[in-house]
Amino acid sequence: MKFVKFASSPVLSQPLPAWRTRLVLFALLAAFAALVGRSLYLQVFQNDFLRQKGESRYERTIEITATRGRIVDRHGDMLAVSTPVKSIWAIPEDARLTPHDARQLAQLLEMDVRELNAKLASDRDFVFVKRQLPPDVAEKVAALHLPGIHEQVEYRRFYPAGEVVAHMLGFTGVDDAGQEGVELALNGQLAGKPGSRRVIKDRRGEIVEDVESIHTPQDGKDVVLALDGKIQYLAYTSLKQAIVENRAKAGSIVVLDAKSGEVLALMNWPTYNPNNRTHLVGAQLRNRAFTDTFEPGSTMKPFTAALALEKGAYRFDTQIQTAPGRLSIGPATISDTHMNGLITVAQVIQKSSNVGISKIALSLPSAELWKMYDELGLGNPLHLGFPGEVGGRLRPYKSWRPIEQATMSFGHGLSVTLIQLARAYLAFARDGDLIPLSLERVDAPPLTGKPVYSAQTAHEVRTMLEMVVQPGGTAPKAQIPGYRVAGKTGTAHKVDGGIYVDKYVASFVGFAPASDPRLVVAVMIDEPSGKSYYGGDVAAPVFAQVMAGSLRTLGVPTDAPLKPLQVADAPAAKEEM
Amino acid sequence: MARFNAVLVLIAVACALSAVTSTHRARKLFTELEREQNRMRELEVEWGQLQLEQSTWAAHARVEKIARERLGMKTPAPGQIVVVEGPK
Repeated sequence: MKFVKFASSPVLSQPLPAWRTRLVLFALLAAFAALVGRSLYLQVFQNDFLRQKGESRYERTIEITATRGRIVDRHGDMLAVSTPVKSIWAIPEDARLTPHDARQLAQLLEMDVRELNAKLASDRDFVFVKRQLPPDVAEKVAALHLPGIHEQVEYRRFYPAGEVVAHMLGFTGVDDAGQEGVELALNGQLAGKPGSRRVIKDRRGEIVEDVESIHTPQDGKDVVLALDGKIQYLAYTSLKQAIVENRAKAGSIVVLDAKSGEVLALMNWPTYNPNNRTHLVGAQLRNRAFTDTFEPGSTMKPFTAALALEKGAYRFDTQIQTAPGRLSIGPATISDTHMNGLITVAQVIQKSSNVGISKIALSLPSAELWKMYDELGLGNPLHLGFPGEVGGRLRPYKSWRPIEQATMSFGHGLSVTLIQLARAYLAFARDGDLIPLSLERVDAPPLTGKPVYSAQTAHEVRTMLEMVVQPGGTAPKAQIPGYRVAGKTGTAHKVDGGIYVDKYVASFVGFAPASDPRLVVAVMIDEPSGKSYYGGDVAAPVFAQVMAGSLRTLGVPTDAPLKPLQVADAPAAKEEM
Repeated sequence: MARFNAVLVLIAVACALSAVTSTHRARKLFTELEREQNRMRELEVEWGQLQLEQSTWAAHARVEKIARERLGMKTPAPGQIVVVEGPK
């Protein structure tokens, strides 16, 4: 074979037309330019889009759920807790179940096959088949591997104490947001904020790398209530028993700590079970102690008497003529049903004389009386954040007629809620000062609050209120062995359509031990229709039962000899209405 | 010179391989961490459920019923109570 060197190849020596070289060169350059252009297009102009497409193939954004805070009582006992449950949902278009599958699913979900089929026949893209299932049932559903049937985690709130603490706690809706009571009042604190983060998942679906956290989830904070579970339970059983025995329509009870202003118990009847709210009626939901006002009747008397002592116009033992048991003011007449004759201020409270307290009230300037009621917090909501909380009715003093000034002193012509009344009594249980109430546990209670009366006045009124439960008073049934008790009964006609009718509200507000009051308990029984409707017969025993049990639970030292009481012999003075 | 280059190449290869293994190990550890965190969440849920169960068993109504009915307990009458003064 003969080798020819490239340079001396005869092919090269032939002259070629110059345009051919240029054409080739041009074609090469054009191809190169096309490549550069394409890569510029992909790498610069389409960069974001392509990067996103790529990431979407391995990156996932996952939701991180946050749990709602728990509610516990002052001892840390669980009152409300959220726990995950599963909800079953379906894409009706994909869910083509055989009759056998449908039967099996309906059986697991404890629902009717027809109902299930109706749901799956819906033309929507998404239907909930059944919400809030226990996890074990949801697992069985998942094990069926039915097409178009999916599940999702939701949280459900459980209330272990059930109807005992219903009104205080309230409840949450199906989406775990507060709707009533503390659940609504403190929703901001309890609710968690769900978060999300971006991660890289491998072929097996396991997370191999954290890319970034988009939102950090925030679990809801726990709420520690001032509520004492034992006292609340005591309030529940005592109130329930009293309602049944007196065939009453409704009732409420409030227990306050006089030292710290904490609400230790709050109970309304009728109540409901917050775990099962399918047959709920409006009356059960009412948090009466906060939302229902009533004319308090004689429980208001000590406030007027206290102001009279405070102003120096009367002393503890100043005598007042209540004979002949009637007092005419303009066209109206105020009367006592029992003759009391010449009695002291203390006895006016003990015997609950309307004429006596009216005479005292009329001798005081109306502006001073109004100022006192206002300072006691009447006429204004307490602003504890409870839904539907009302402030009662206290008209401005300039519009008072003399008869109204008199009737208000025995609790008619103004209205209050039970919690307001209980709080006002704090002034007597403390040294004449008022502190704000708290639903949450208070670790550093305020030492002194806003003064309404002087300490001496408060002590004198306390002595008067002790006489109420002693023989000759209206409420010997409020006595508790081992403790000195002070309190006041109330029995008021109800107003219906603007006129007073023969329906009553029986109440009792008191505190113990009288030597150094620790608790204030207020009881209200609406429309008792048993043997008696007097506060001293209906509400006072509930007070005694709850107060005695609570003092024992709290380990409050006794301040009276521990002997069985002999009070049944002395007939109780009947209260005036 | 050539020997020196060969050594550099070897070092470079070794570094590359160790980078690969450490990334792999980091991923494995991360998966493990994930798994433990999931377990933590599951245990928290279980704890909540157990607390719920406990408070259901310890409900005052149930305790009272058992105390009264099964154990025959009752509240002492005022005369049966003796108050003992504690040391001051």
